[in-house]
Amino acid sequence: MPTKLFLQNARVVDPQSGLDEVLDLIICHGRIVALGQDLKPKDPTESSSGAAPCEYYDLAGQVIMPGLFDMHVHLREPGYEYKGDIASESKAALKGGFTDILAMPNTSPACDNGEVVKFVIDKAAEVAPIRVHVCGALTKGEQGEALAEMGDMFASGACAFSDDGRGVQDAGQMRRAMDYARQFGCPVLSHCQDEGLAGVGQVNEGACSTLLGLAGWPAAAEEIQIGRDIALCRLTGEALHVQHVSSAHGLALVGAAKAEGLPVTCEVTPHHLFLCEEDIDKTYPTNLKVNPPLRTRADMEALQEALCSGQIDCIATDHAPHAQHEKQMEFELAPFGTTGLETALSLLYTELIEPGRLSWASLVNHYAVRPRQILGQAPLRIAEGEPANLTVFNPRPTWTVSRTDFVSKASNSAFLGRQLKGQVSQVFVDGQWRLRDGLPCA
Amino acid sequence: MAGLSCTNLLSMRDLDRQDINLILDTAETFAEVNARTIKKLPTLRGRTIVNMFMENSTRTRSSFELAQKRLSADSLNFSAASSSTQKGESLQDTAQTLSAMHCDLVVIRHRYAGSPYLISQNMQAKVINAGDGKHEHPTQALLDLMAIRRHFGHFDGLKCAIVGDIAHSRVVGSLGYALHYLGAEVIFVAPQTLLPARPDLLGADRVTSDLDSLLPELDVCYMLRIQQERIESSPFPSLREYAMLYGIDRRRLALLDQAAVIMHPGPVNRGVELSSEAVDNARNLLLEQVADGVCVRMALMYLMLGEVGD
Repeated sequence: MPTKLFLQNARVVDPQSGLDEVLDLIICHGRIVALGQDLKPKDPTESSSGAAPCEYYDLAGQVIMPGLFDMHVHLREPGYEYKGDIASESKAALKGGFTDILAMPNTSPACDNGEVVKFVIDKAAEVAPIRVHVCGALTKGEQGEALAEMGDMFASGACAFSDDGRGVQDAGQMRRAMDYARQFGCPVLSHCQDEGLAGVGQVNEGACSTLLGLAGWPAAAEEIQIGRDIALCRLTGEALHVQHVSSAHGLALVGAAKAEGLPVTCEVTPHHLFLCEEDIDKTYPTNLKVNPPLRTRADMEALQEALCSGQIDCIATDHAPHAQHEKQMEFELAPFGTTGLETALSLLYTELIEPGRLSWASLVNHYAVRPRQILGQAPLRIAEGEPANLTVFNPRPTWTVSRTDFVSKASNSAFLGRQLKGQVSQVFVDGQWRLRDGLPCA
Repeated sequence: MAGLSCTNLLSMRDLDRQDINLILDTAETFAEVNARTIKKLPTLRGRTIVNMFMENSTRTRSSFELAQKRLSADSLNFSAASSSTQKGESLQDTAQTLSAMHCDLVVIRHRYAGSPYLISQNMQAKVINAGDGKHEHPTQALLDLMAIRRHFGHFDGLKCAIVGDIAHSRVVGSLGYALHYLGAEVIFVAPQTLLPARPDLLGADRVTSDLDSLLPELDVCYMLRIQQERIESSPFPSLREYAMLYGIDRRRLALLDQAAVIMHPGPVNRGVELSSEAVDNARNLLLEQVADGVCVRMALMYLMLGEVGD
């Protein structure tokens, strides 16, 4: 990387400082040293005594934003390296435009003690091109029966707790976990699923379950736990973040809790935003088998509306890589989950930003600002003196999501075949140029 | 002569009205063959059919086997117990292996919904769904249609109740749709615990839990089998109470119209869906259904394989 890098003519968006205009930006020694209009570099040939070379990068038509943070990612390591590992999935995150991700604890062994937290952090420091944050388990082995060593995990670097992949079934246990987590100032991220009601459900209970003869997983099984956890938030005062909200009624519960002033936030995934149960047809597409399941068209539209009107705090992919042989199975035997890191931003641009429903400023708020606030991380700003943590998106290229194009070890994307607009072109992490013209830097 | 509009039979929805009539008309000609002393035709000589039964089935498999023998096809039985699936082979690999053996048709029964589609994507052979999970069982629907058409001569306006475990029934997945599609009025009779989320999508014009007041109006009273293994999830308190609310016994038999018929896909749990009086009653079509099963399966395999000029 040159000592001085001129990023010219890009639209710079950072709602934290009310920034949304075409500007030039100069990065020097990893920091943003200048930000302004028509920052004319000195004549490139006129190099002052001994100065390092400059590089000029014309980003006309592209968008520069603070590095995105995906707070719901399954890296699969340790234990399921055949699906994905810290190196491969963090690289996929880089390609998708993320400078930060939060790793979920449902590995093998589960991330339920300080040693596993340290392992993930150390391994990531060694192999990941971006920052990997760690979410510890709420209960031992994510079994929902006994508290996990949250203090040890916090001391080792965990910044949130969750039994993601499963709901904590016992309300008393969930209450204890929330009470206990409170001392560390970390939020509890809740995967809401009442197992008695969801049962062996494969798809949303409704048209899809009826027509395909698959067991239904009703939205009520999610809404019951959202309601319960909101009541526990009121009881304990612990910050609650509801993961992957999938239904309009679940959203309404979160909305009511926010209106009441409770510390409740929520996220929505791109697949719940842009797919619904009607997309699961008689070909039994297992990449569309996700948990919680794709809901009705009305739910999907309500989620889009809520995101665009600011009622949803953040977007998170729930990136869940699986090996091909696991997904090429009978629907009822295939595991839940879709990948998401490499398609999220292009989907959001194609479906919401380009049509004018969501502004770039809101996108940055939902995908860079809010996740850091929820997880108690320092904000990343685009301002002079700040380290360069930037995502650059080029809206021009059009592409088709294809099995062979993924950086992730897995290709189980629910969006295979979808035509998308725009791609991440550059990513800077802590001043390092990590993704250049869509390709990871060595 | 026009053949079927579909290559495989994975769902009743693959068949249009013309296809259904063609299958039933062809099945009628095979009914005559089945009444002869020598019941064998050379029609499918040299064709290979694999009966891939990944879930226990005696009635359906026997019916298919008999139909194959009567058409002189060579058939191979491939069951879960004897297959490599016990050794962990995926369905996809099993399908590709069988495909490499150059068979012409696969008849598949599997406990998981959608398996016939998965098979069809991994085989050159044509595929008949012989029941997939809780999804569909199209040849059962075809034999039921044949029995109904033989009895009433038509479907239009027939009032048909389907009684029992609608939610877990692959029979309803095919038959409810087909009856509705062919112009019959379809009424599902069950407690809410045995109903799917959207009965309308399976052909129901209406749903009731009151069998008694419905019985006098019915042309067809189709009783579904209670699967003992479903009892674990306790969708009803006891077989005794199920029989009390939804079984056909002597009293309910008397409520049925004289011209109405009782049907059941078999095997019957005597004393549950049907009392002995109801089973041994001239108004039921149970054995006709079994006989028609062989005929429609012969017709279907003949139409799918026999018409290829070679």
